[in-house]
Amino acid sequence: MCGIVGLFLKKDELRPKLGDMLTDMLITMTDRGPDSAGIAIYGDETGGIKITVQSDTPETAFVDLDADLCAVIDGPVTIKSISTHAVLTVPAGSEKAAIAFLEDKGLRIMGSGESMEIYKEIGLPKDVAARFNLREMGGSHGIGHTRMATESAVTTMGAHPFSTADDQCLVHNGSLSNHNQMRRVLAKKGVFTRSENDTEVGAAYISSRIAEGATLGEALEGTLKDLDGFFTFVTGTKNGFGVVRDPIACKPAVMAETDDYVAFASEYRAFADLPGIDAARVWEPEPATVYFWER
Amino acid sequence: MTNTLDMTQTELRDINTTLQAAAKGQANEKYIITNPRGSHAMACGLDGPLDVTIQGSTGYYCAGMNKEAAITVKGSAGPGVAENMMSGTVTIEGDASQYAGATGHGGLLNIKGNASSRCGISMKGIDIVVHGNIGHMSAFMAQKGNLVVLGNAGDALGDSLYEARLFVRGAVKSLGADCIEKEMRPEHIEILKELLEKAGADAKPEEFKRYGSARKLYNFNIDHADEY
Repeated sequence: MCGIVGLFLKKDELRPKLGDMLTDMLITMTDRGPDSAGIAIYGDETGGIKITVQSDTPETAFVDLDADLCAVIDGPVTIKSISTHAVLTVPAGSEKAAIAFLEDKGLRIMGSGESMEIYKEIGLPKDVAARFNLREMGGSHGIGHTRMATESAVTTMGAHPFSTADDQCLVHNGSLSNHNQMRRVLAKKGVFTRSENDTEVGAAYISSRIAEGATLGEALEGTLKDLDGFFTFVTGTKNGFGVVRDPIACKPAVMAETDDYVAFASEYRAFADLPGIDAARVWEPEPATVYFWER
Repeated sequence: MTNTLDMTQTELRDINTTLQAAAKGQANEKYIITNPRGSHAMACGLDGPLDVTIQGSTGYYCAGMNKEAAITVKGSAGPGVAENMMSGTVTIEGDASQYAGATGHGGLLNIKGNASSRCGISMKGIDIVVHGNIGHMSAFMAQKGNLVVLGNAGDALGDSLYEARLFVRGAVKSLGADCIEKEMRPEHIEILKELLEKAGADAKPEEFKRYGSARKLYNFNIDHADEY
């Protein structure tokens, strides 16, 4: 199974409520994925690059991390730590060195970008949401996932969303059957994944296509040809999100749009608390058809 | 007598128990369910005459196994609505998700909006009227009954079809294996006229085309190996 939710706000005044709205949607999808949960939230840009890291021992791992990183990259670093995650903001251009340093210290990289932060852990969605205070987070758009694991173990690194490039992330309901082959194809191009998970390969495929010059729409079209298996994908970018379902379309998907927002969910239940949902346009995205909303 | 049950106050299981007991008791009562919030398995297994109106959208498997009851959803329905219906009427005011009316043995499933993929898969005697369009692989292995579509049909309509009749007014994107267009005879016009009337559909039987089984896949034949 697995549950997916996504919310793209059309009005700036709703931005402070994004985390609250997404959290309700995420918790409603607990039945579809009680193993782990995660959220990618596109919040305020600070002019730097935000790197989200995770540690199983945050009480020691995050101590003086900003100062240590500052010494290595020779630039200002700020840190915001929440539970097992920390978001380090570094000057643009020093991101590669910073990630190398952080990985060397044994920290797990969740994602990076100008506006994206990723929070994901094993456990029930309500516990994951409480742990990271997701309700308090504001932003322009976000996507979330509740996982029922099939293709790889229940670990933090196996939880969604997966980010394989700056400000890009992917959540997935389904399973890919050619992920090992695609992993090898991507590795030959120098694109590497961090986990054994099938969805991360999908994310890396989309990122590599975009890096080669494809638009988000073209990259999502490409998944229909190059990825084999069942999928409803929702992909987040700095400016919005995209949706594509495989041609068989067994994995459910429903969308809602009002003047205030565009929402995505695996089931209508996740929309029940959204403002104005009774008057919203609600529809199922067509199979093998790419949709995206960008600001 | 009309009873109202509010899903913000009453658990789904209690609602279904109440409806099932009322149906079994041949009470022929009216029930209105408010605030369904996309819940799963609403108004399932009703075995007797009962009038149920659900004020909003429902989730998976609404009105499954229905017998004799008349159930109306004043919204859209999730996957598997009216699955394995035996008799009665299920009306969806909005759209229906995938495999609507799957394996249904009888009764009428009336969808006022669109139905997505696999509508009427393995239908076994149910009548389904869709006022909008239907998605791909609809009526796959359909055995008996009538599927009426006022709009268009998606890919692979009626793949591996047995004896169900398919009537489509709009375009068919593609026909599945062993499904062919067939002549519209007077008896088909009669069946269709009656169904359109029952469903309150504003369409003339003469505007439809009929599709059915070519009956070449009934038994395994090595010459048709490519068709399977």
